[in-house]
Amino acid sequence: MDLVVQGLVKAFRLLLSGDPEVLEITLLTLRVSGLATLISLCLGVPLGLYLAVARFRGRELVVGAVNTGMGLPPTVVGLWVSILLWRSGPLGMLGLMYTPTAIVIAQAVIAVPVVTGLTMAAVQQLSPKLRLQVLALGASPLQFWWIIIREVRFGILAAVMAGLGSVISEVGASMAVGGNVRGYTRVLTTAIVLEVSKGNFDIALALGFVLMVLTYSITYILTIVQQRRRRW
Amino acid sequence: MTAVLEARDIVIRKGGRRILSIAHLAVEPGEVLAIIGPNGAGKSTLLTVLACLDLPTSGAVFFHGRRVTRANALSVRRRLAVVFQEPLLLDTTVLENAAIGLKLRGRRREAEAKARAWLARFGVGHLAAQQALTLSGGEAQRVSLARAFALEPEVLLLDEPFASVDVIARAGLIQEFKSVLSSTGTTAVLVTHDFREVSALATRVAVLFDGAVQAEGPPEAIAAHPRWGALANLAGA
Repeated sequence: MDLVVQGLVKAFRLLLSGDPEVLEITLLTLRVSGLATLISLCLGVPLGLYLAVARFRGRELVVGAVNTGMGLPPTVVGLWVSILLWRSGPLGMLGLMYTPTAIVIAQAVIAVPVVTGLTMAAVQQLSPKLRLQVLALGASPLQFWWIIIREVRFGILAAVMAGLGSVISEVGASMAVGGNVRGYTRVLTTAIVLEVSKGNFDIALALGFVLMVLTYSITYILTIVQQRRRRW
Repeated sequence: MTAVLEARDIVIRKGGRRILSIAHLAVEPGEVLAIIGPNGAGKSTLLTVLACLDLPTSGAVFFHGRRVTRANALSVRRRLAVVFQEPLLLDTTVLENAAIGLKLRGRRREAEAKARAWLARFGVGHLAAQQALTLSGGEAQRVSLARAFALEPEVLLLDEPFASVDVIARAGLIQEFKSVLSSTGTTAVLVTHDFREVSALATRVAVLFDGAVQAEGPPEAIAAHPRWGALANLAGA
């Protein structure tokens, strides 16, 4: 119990002192996971919309793959992205291995199926007749999709929260493709793992506290927006 | 006189099965054409095709004598309005719902004023600021009708628009609707299986049975017909 109390005390001291390394790790975490979530939004929302309404041979296979992807183990993603980005790998010439960009790519791979699957589910909850009604209102194809996106905006918001939650908390992929290089690719989760392995529980607790506060704050803001219009 | 809307040699197949076969059906300016028939007769499918929301497998719909194709369907749709059985309102305010069609047509300036006027006409003007998805079934269908009339359509197509309204409110709404139709002179196509609505609103009736138009004529003539009168009475009783 002493270990926890001492650790928490040290953690708060570290946070209140405004430790530059903790700040740097926090900012990199925000930048990397934020960018990965943004990419997953740009790819996952259109894909989710398309899969929700499209009819094509093999659609069930694709939907099945998306649903499986929603539970992809980050370590496996890290392994495959590492193989792709490795110096002798197919994308090795880009020199991205052990860079923040590599972490963004790996985290985007994790988040895209989450955003796609939840967007698709949100669209499929709409009345099928709404498609005809929107077209009957005189919507052009672009206007049609804009209205549908607006109708499922709270579902998309939930997808963003889930996507962000899945990447900001993962450690396996970031460790594999980022390498946890101090001052360069060290993010909150990889730093926590390192400090725990060194027995520095106070620092690990401080970093864990920052991660929790960060995740909760972002999710809280999104939740406020989402729940403002609650019908139940 | 050229028909506003005309179906010529329309065949619709779904899953290899022919579900609709209409040799000729015309909607004349100013009339209220009721399409009646039992469930599964193809009434809603016909309305979807007449509303240019779907193209027939063969044959064509003509709007003011011009063939509707995939290329011009949107511009034709923007001169029509459709009210479905469910109000199908969007997740926004009542006013925004009533104004959306005009906004989609680029008529933003007049949209809200027109929407407000039509909401008031259908007795739901006081609900303009309310979220549409919190309305009762009857209120929602009034908003849906206001949304359609705000577009000042050349043809208004209605698919059982009063079916989701409770019996007490229905009679009042039909009377209000009838008064709006006659004051605006709007051409309308009404799909229904309720002959009371036909008697109250229609100037002409087409009986759809087994995916084909079996008879056309004034409501009284259809009601008096030995075969179709029985169907009409069965549907409306």
